[in-house]
Amino acid sequence: MDLAYTEAEEEFRARLREWLAAVLPSLPAKPSPDDWPGRRAYDTAWQRMLYDAGYAGLHWPVDAGGQGATPTQHLIFLEETEKAGAPYVGANFVGLLHAGPTIAAEGTAEQRARWLPPVLRGDEIWCQGFSEPDAGSDLASLRTRAVRDGDHYVVSGQKIWTSHAEVADWCELLVRTDPTAPRHRGISWLAMRMDAPGVTVRPLRTLAGSTEFAEMFLDEVRVPVSHRIGAENDGWRVTMVTLSFERGTAFVGEVVACRRTLAALAAEAQANGGWDDPVLRRRLGRLNAEFRALWRLTQWNVSEAQSSGGVPGTGGSVFKLRYSHARQELYEAAAEVLGADAADLDREWALDRLSSLSYTIAAGTSQIQRNIVAERILGLPKGR
Amino acid sequence: MDFQLSDDQRALRAGVRELLAGRFGRDRMRAALDGGTGIDRALWRELGEAGFFALRLPETEGGVGLGLPESVLLFEEAGRSLLPGPLIATHLAAGAVKGAAEGETVVAVLDAGQPVGHLGDADGLLVLGPGEARTPGPGSGPEPGEARAVTGGALRDVVREAARPVRSLDPFTPLWRVTGPVGPGELLSGGARLRDEGALLAAAEQLGSAARTTEMAVQHAGEREQFGSPIGSFQAVKHLCAGMLVRAELARSAVYAAAVTADRAEIAGAKLLADDAAVRNARDCLQVHGGMGFTWEADVHLHLKRAWLRSGQWLTAAAAEEALAADLC
Ligand SMILES: Cc1cc2nc3c(=O)[nH]c(=O)nc-3n(C[C@H](O)[C@H](O)[C@H](O)COP(=O)(O)OP(=O)(O)OC[C@H]3O[C@@H](n4cnc5c(N)ncnc54)[C@H](O)[C@@H]3O)c2cc1C
Repeated sequence: MDLAYTEAEEEFRARLREWLAAVLPSLPAKPSPDDWPGRRAYDTAWQRMLYDAGYAGLHWPVDAGGQGATPTQHLIFLEETEKAGAPYVGANFVGLLHAGPTIAAEGTAEQRARWLPPVLRGDEIWCQGFSEPDAGSDLASLRTRAVRDGDHYVVSGQKIWTSHAEVADWCELLVRTDPTAPRHRGISWLAMRMDAPGVTVRPLRTLAGSTEFAEMFLDEVRVPVSHRIGAENDGWRVTMVTLSFERGTAFVGEVVACRRTLAALAAEAQANGGWDDPVLRRRLGRLNAEFRALWRLTQWNVSEAQSSGGVPGTGGSVFKLRYSHARQELYEAAAEVLGADAADLDREWALDRLSSLSYTIAAGTSQIQRNIVAERILGLPKGR
Repeated sequence: MDFQLSDDQRALRAGVRELLAGRFGRDRMRAALDGGTGIDRALWRELGEAGFFALRLPETEGGVGLGLPESVLLFEEAGRSLLPGPLIATHLAAGAVKGAAEGETVVAVLDAGQPVGHLGDADGLLVLGPGEARTPGPGSGPEPGEARAVTGGALRDVVREAARPVRSLDPFTPLWRVTGPVGPGELLSGGARLRDEGALLAAAEQLGSAARTTEMAVQHAGEREQFGSPIGSFQAVKHLCAGMLVRAELARSAVYAAAVTADRAEIAGAKLLADDAAVRNARDCLQVHGGMGFTWEADVHLHLKRAWLRSGQWLTAAAAEEALAADLC
């Protein structure tokens, strides 16, 4: 049991810090949240900088174009970039954190050569077309159909909640290729071009007023059969690979960010007198325990992944359950610190309070995560 | 960074678990419960021989020479098995109070305002000065951050004149309330550290209890059938169990990390989360057991009562939260 980093890890950290200090000032100005083309340009510019410096796909395997870094190095990378105020992975999220790793693990040599380098260089953006209006938590009930026509699939159906769809070049798309097979067996995983004829994206407005995600209508979209990752009708298994990447280290940087926010909240409370209220003060103290422990749990999970060969474990569900709740608590406390100003959307944290509401829903709701913990970790019987 | 148990630590944990299963398994535990709850001196000495109390004393002083992380693993096992007695105080007094390291003497702890467990059985009393955040109460006693050891005639005086027994919530922990003056005792070095370490070890016991009640709930949920199915197949029950695991695992990260860093704020966080996990997991475990959970026969009430008691010892939630708030400034 050790929390000290090795000399090599500390060297890695020092080099990264130095590089961040040198390049971050040259980053373009942050675009407004509603400026989608601006956001895409900003996020991909950052990815390109990472690529040029040899930090792109740090945790990807070397033969997929990555750096083959250990989980601990990846942890350090996420910690330091967040501390330095570097951009969040943003629009590169799906490509870097799940489509890319899935293609690296399940794709052919040709597919890897086609799709991985542009993700790493920041040339292409991916989005995730899994959810449908009638298939959210129950993803395996998806109905978007793909019918074989020669060397193409003809895809029709509807997807929903597709984050970053407005600026994506590619979509990791789940489709039903065998409607007669049992639910989990007739699904395939396709890479679909977002500018293909028949794809219509209609932005959805979130409760925060932004258009973070969209509906996607697919009307006889032709997708080459060669764009299928994994075998036909084996898409469910491929999807499980994708989801395990999604939950792996996706929130590391955010825990660091939450700890910074908490310190800022304490400072604000001291400045505006809220700190004199013992109930509020103690509430912030308890949140300090939460986020310190969540950071330690992250280190625990990363160390475990490292000792088991880099595979993200079920610890991700344990983490996500507690983290999503703690994050919402943090912004509730922020509202208390702000007092009447919590109603002013231009005040810091007011918008974040709204977006924190998605954390117990996106990437698998808390209820679904509890099912996973109970059945896969605790071994309780499958129920209905 | 390798924040996992080392092979030696795993072996240590397995060894203690085996020792306690042999010497204080469920049958012994229940027999002890029925047969009066004095300290089992033979067991105490065996724990001493196994290094339970001298674990962190240097080898040159007859100790085992290990550190806080190893102590935490030991106390986690103690918490799992409901092992009674002032284990933490005796462990902290090893090297300072004669016979504590060997398990020859039993050292209880007096923390102003708190009832004292096992005072009647004790050969020594660790008297804690008030924590930094509190204002010292009236009377003599140690200064803030100090700790003193009271033994011999002075201790007998406390039991005879200054204390009276209390009907204890926890059947394994006879309690005494000390209302009169306590002799000055011998000043121990590193008094403030003792309070922190005590809080950490109590957190470790809470963690062991929280993990154990999770196992008990999961086992019962897998066996008990209602409506033609194991109750663990019902989502309401499943989600209770999942919540228990999440609390225990978060507490585990916090407690282990605090053992490695020995940082004050980190220890406060560990105690806060481990108290929460032990108390709430015991309550949920009781719920999963249904009517059986409300009986004396099921062990869950023993975990709950001990968890409640420990929550008020060494570092309360209020003090921990204040310490963690101060850490943000
Ligand atoms: C901000 C955001 C971004 C997203 N981005 C994407 C994206 O890019 N791509 C994508 O494909 N999807 C995305 N999603 C969709 C997300 O994965 C789904 O919203 C989520 O899986 C829940 O599905 P649902 O919305 O259909 O809710 P439902 O499945 O209808 O659930 C409604 C309620 O019922 C509960 N429930 C459902 N089933 C069960 C059960 N078996 N047991 C207990 N309770 C149950 C749920 O917990 C929830 O409380 C995003 C969602 C959000 C909020």
